[in-house]
Amino acid sequence: MTLDELRIGHTGVITKVGGFGPLRRRLLDMGLTPKTTVFVRKKAPLGDPIQLFLRGYELTIRLEEANKIEIIEVK
Amino acid sequence: MNLTFALVGNQNSGKSTLFNKLTGSSQHVSNFPGTTIGKTEGKLIAQADIKIIDLPGIYSLSPNTPEEIVTRDLLLRDKPNAIINIIDTTNIERSLYLSLQVMELNLPMIIALNMMDEFVTSGSSIDFQKLQDILGVPVVPISANKSEGLDELIECAIKLAAANTLPKRIDFCSGETHRAIHTVAHLIEPKVRAKGLPLRFSATKLIEGDEPIAEELQLTPNEVDIIAHVTDDMEKALDTDREAALADMRYSYIEQLCSDTVHKAGETVAQARSHIIDKYLTNKYFSIPIFIFTMGLVFWLTFNVIGAVLSKWLAVVIKDVTVYADNALDASGVSAPIHSLVIEGAFTGIGTTLSFLPIIVTLFFFLSLLEDTGYMSRIAFVMDKLLRKIGLSGCSVVPMLCGFGCSVPAIMSTRNLTSERDRKMTIILMPFMSCSTKLTIYSVFIAAFFPDHAAIVMLSLYLLGILIAVISSYLLKICVYKGNPVPFVMEMPAYRLPVAKNIVMDVKEKAIDFINRAFTVIFLASIVIWFLQNFDLRFNMVTSAEDSIIASIGMMIAPFFAPLGFGHWHAATALVTGLAGKEVVVSTLAVLTGAGQHDLISPVALGQIFTPLSAASFLTFILLYIPCVAALTTMYREIGSLWQVFLIMCYEVAIAWVTAFLVYRVGLLLGFQ
Repeated sequence: MTLDELRIGHTGVITKVGGFGPLRRRLLDMGLTPKTTVFVRKKAPLGDPIQLFLRGYELTIRLEEANKIEIIEVK
Repeated sequence: MNLTFALVGNQNSGKSTLFNKLTGSSQHVSNFPGTTIGKTEGKLIAQADIKIIDLPGIYSLSPNTPEEIVTRDLLLRDKPNAIINIIDTTNIERSLYLSLQVMELNLPMIIALNMMDEFVTSGSSIDFQKLQDILGVPVVPISANKSEGLDELIECAIKLAAANTLPKRIDFCSGETHRAIHTVAHLIEPKVRAKGLPLRFSATKLIEGDEPIAEELQLTPNEVDIIAHVTDDMEKALDTDREAALADMRYSYIEQLCSDTVHKAGETVAQARSHIIDKYLTNKYFSIPIFIFTMGLVFWLTFNVIGAVLSKWLAVVIKDVTVYADNALDASGVSAPIHSLVIEGAFTGIGTTLSFLPIIVTLFFFLSLLEDTGYMSRIAFVMDKLLRKIGLSGCSVVPMLCGFGCSVPAIMSTRNLTSERDRKMTIILMPFMSCSTKLTIYSVFIAAFFPDHAAIVMLSLYLLGILIAVISSYLLKICVYKGNPVPFVMEMPAYRLPVAKNIVMDVKEKAIDFINRAFTVIFLASIVIWFLQNFDLRFNMVTSAEDSIIASIGMMIAPFFAPLGFGHWHAATALVTGLAGKEVVVSTLAVLTGAGQHDLISPVALGQIFTPLSAASFLTFILLYIPCVAALTTMYREIGSLWQVFLIMCYEVAIAWVTAFLVYRVGLLLGFQ
């Protein structure tokens, strides 16, 4: 599944980061690398973007970007 | 000892706080050449021969954003005597990602572990000695907010710079990436040395596919082939691509490093507090009402209470000074032109402009409060989806809203946007947000022509401005800013108490910047407009406004507006003088129609020039055409290119003309007059 499908309060581990160019590099630079554990904190009131917790900090990304990140949900 | 230190760090790392504490009031703000990206320089309080450069907050040295590019260029070319890399210790893992890249630059470098107090209070700890030994660069714990550890930091930086001590290790790789980086480094070594670039940095970046470095080194096709080959091998062996491989290499190293040296007890007080506050401030139902309330309060306090009162006081002072100067000139018996130049040109021009100052100061006080506490990031998060519809990101919402008050501070406030594309687009769209001085024109015309439909006309004008902004952003997207926008990948910082010094410095910088322009460009522009108003084409002083140069210009360009329904030269002249400030449109019309000096203009007088429909067309034109001189100079200050400002002006006139034309012609077809 992809990160945008992960529900609020759930955790996943990144398997692959898609996309290309500066966008992809930015995601990687911010620590969204394979094997990283990501927790979905909340959604913005209008449903997009989402707030994540990873590597000890809070990050917000749009669903469009989250859709490019493949994950495995951790129960 | 003349030394230059560069301050490098992530956004929200406390970089500005550190910079403000170190440099005090000796700051100088400029833009990187050809960009809208600001660079602040200052002298160390304790030692004036040490210069500190505050660079933009960045997360990586990859050339992803203009901010990263200029930072990296500065570090590579200017080679500061030492780099102070400031890190948010409560977020050490992600922060060290930039540090590892900065270390590759092979310049004397020191890591400042900021927010140490907060980190330690939460029960967490760091083994500094071990961290320092492993990384091979000095590590100094500080708390910029509380001014702790700053002396040690500077002492250490001076020592490093004086001895030119380079990082002891720059090798963080293992296995396949290690092999690739070293092979490439070996290959390009002669070229890199000749260019004076750091070897390790160049090799890593070439493997990442970094184009600027490849161009700089002018690689031969053979070398390009070898690098591609080495990279392919690495990708195959690791079963991933080059970019992910190197990001993974750095983060893996950092994970190991942190597990050896950092003991994290859990969330800090600030982080835990932020979750509670965000339960309300980014809540599904409350967040938008809270945002609207907050902005409403800021605007009310700025434009109605504090700023307005201060403006009134300032106006009284300016008036007193003007009267005093007027009397003094009368007494000394100087000639009429000089008298008029000083009083009507200089004093009025500067007076009008300075009356903006209290608004700017008050507004920036509140905006920097919102920024410093961390609420601005929440606004961006909450409003992003809405703003994306006009091609911007949530970060632009506050500047855009400020545009409804006054374009000048609104354009200045775009400085805080982290993406250059967003910044430029926001600046270009700003003038379409109907500012408060245009309101005076609307009120006069609405009272004269649409007294029964006041609210609907007013609302239509504001909505039309927003509609044109949406259309313009769409045009910009397909014509100018093609390609993908910078992604909205934004860190959500913890809420922190604002630092008084940051706010004072921010407000002061904006005020000084504005005063500088008021006394230079805007002053000159006022003199020019005064000259045009008071002299005829033979440079004789005129007694009647009709003979002035500006009236001649008005008569000359009047036919241009005839298709829009207001071809009378009075209207054209008012549009030209309106460049000095939109409220001048009303006073010009008052003077030209003979209503006297009171700025009060009668419906009868306006009725000689406009029909209700042509009045609507005129208001449309006023809404959309070129903003005032103060806004234009601010635009130039932020964009940094006269040519681009000129293009924007042409666009504004064109869109104003077309829209007013449509309003008038469609109105005629529908049977309005």
